[in-house]
Amino acid sequence: MATVRETREETGTARTLVLDIPEWAGHLPGQHIDIRLTAEDGYQAQRSYSIASAWSADSKTVEISVQRLEDGEVSPYLTEVVEPGDQIEVRGPIGGWFVWRAESTAPVTLIAGGSGIVPLMAMVRARGRQLFRLIYAVRTPADVLYADELRRRAREDFGLDVHFVYSREVPAGWPVPPQRIDIAVVNTHGWPPDFAPDCFVCGPNTFVEVVADMLVALGHDPAKVRTERFGGA
Amino acid sequence: MSIISRGFGGRRRDPSPDLPPGQYQAHDFPVLSAGPTPRIPLDRWQFSILTETGEEHTWDWKQFTALPAEDVTVDIHCVTKWSKFGTGWKGVSLDTLFEDVETAGDYVMAHSVGGYTTNVPFEDLLDGKAWIAYEYDGEPLHPEHGGPARLLIPHLYFWKSAKWVDRLRMMHEDEPGFWENAGYHMYGDPWQEQRYHGD
Ligand SMILES: Cc1cc2nc3c(=O)[nH]c(=O)nc-3n(C[C@H](O)[C@H](O)[C@H](O)COP(=O)(O)OP(=O)(O)OC[C@H]3O[C@@H](n4cnc5c(N)ncnc54)[C@H](O)[C@@H]3O)c2cc1C
Repeated sequence: MATVRETREETGTARTLVLDIPEWAGHLPGQHIDIRLTAEDGYQAQRSYSIASAWSADSKTVEISVQRLEDGEVSPYLTEVVEPGDQIEVRGPIGGWFVWRAESTAPVTLIAGGSGIVPLMAMVRARGRQLFRLIYAVRTPADVLYADELRRRAREDFGLDVHFVYSREVPAGWPVPPQRIDIAVVNTHGWPPDFAPDCFVCGPNTFVEVVADMLVALGHDPAKVRTERFGGA
Repeated sequence: MSIISRGFGGRRRDPSPDLPPGQYQAHDFPVLSAGPTPRIPLDRWQFSILTETGEEHTWDWKQFTALPAEDVTVDIHCVTKWSKFGTGWKGVSLDTLFEDVETAGDYVMAHSVGGYTTNVPFEDLLDGKAWIAYEYDGEPLHPEHGGPARLLIPHLYFWKSAKWVDRLRMMHEDEPGFWENAGYHMYGDPWQEQRYHGD
């Protein structure tokens, strides 16, 4: 059982929930939790949400970030109705494949589409000395989750490289017009296959499908490409 | 015991008795895979059954598609919570494939191109409960959904229906496959909500 400690608006349509989970024994970056909601008449809905926070032994909180889908059942509830003090039934951590392990020394390429940034952010936050490159595809600058933190980390931390791809609208002064992620972007801003990076791709189904294909086409070993599909088109 | 979620009404109420607990009805066909989609040319496609004594039965694409096939319409249930009703497949029943196979194994490990594995009790494959499917909705099965051919075991969570399956290996003892090693349930009955280890 989790208690909502705090909520934070990340964008106009996405919100982070900080959950207190007293019995939490830790998690690996990339894992998710399952949330179960129960209506007064007993009706239940369950959904999965990736963990956004890195784990440290002295903290019993877990953060998730939820992107609101207007016609959705659970995401509008979590982004608009839930308040600090509310209790939420959670289960987890879940998942043992789409995880990054801090013992690994290989360089890491992270590729996120939209809210697919969430588990990748947990990896960024848990990063030690390994070299990370993050490619983050969004529609517009206003859709970027963790915008300030990513900018700060990219500036202060030379081991982390962050590249944004905007598909609908670019920030003022951006050097290229809106574009979809393509193989040239993945090739330029991810690690080359020769470096044998661990690749993590997360986002809507089609995004993941297309990007994973690009990585394989570029010569990455399919076994080094781990994917998490959030659903949707 | 569940606590009431303050202010939660629920919008996707689906009274259908065909929906297992914790599932909701999807109208599209979502995809769950651990990695990129392999593309397997039909002239290199092969499927085999390997018994516990080391005997191997192998079919190439031509031999496989010449076997008697069945059209089946079934509901499928993914552990990521969606279910899809009335999906239409064409494939070869495992009863047909095991007709000439001598085995005393009680469990099966399904292997796929790309290294994916999943374990199933042998009895769950027989008596019209499972197929190797190569058409979906009247079309060749798309690679994203496991084409050229995938296992189809609709009465278990869908990760048991291994995509890109290329071999069934008979075993005496049950062993965990890929997701089962990553914390998912050894058997995976959606009606018992056997999602994760310990359910
Ligand atoms: C392992 C895993 C981790 C996830 N982590 C996160 C996370 O960190 N943050 C997050 O916001 N979501 C995450 N999701 C997605 C989340 O579980 C829900 O599917 C999502 O919040 C929509 O739920 P809903 O009840 O609001 O919409 P629903 O009522 O389920 O669906 C509304 C409509 O939107 C479609 N739809 C469902 N999912 C998506 C999607 N992702 N994009 C576009 N359309 C969709 C449905 O097909 C339906 O038509 C994750 C999913 C998985 C499987």
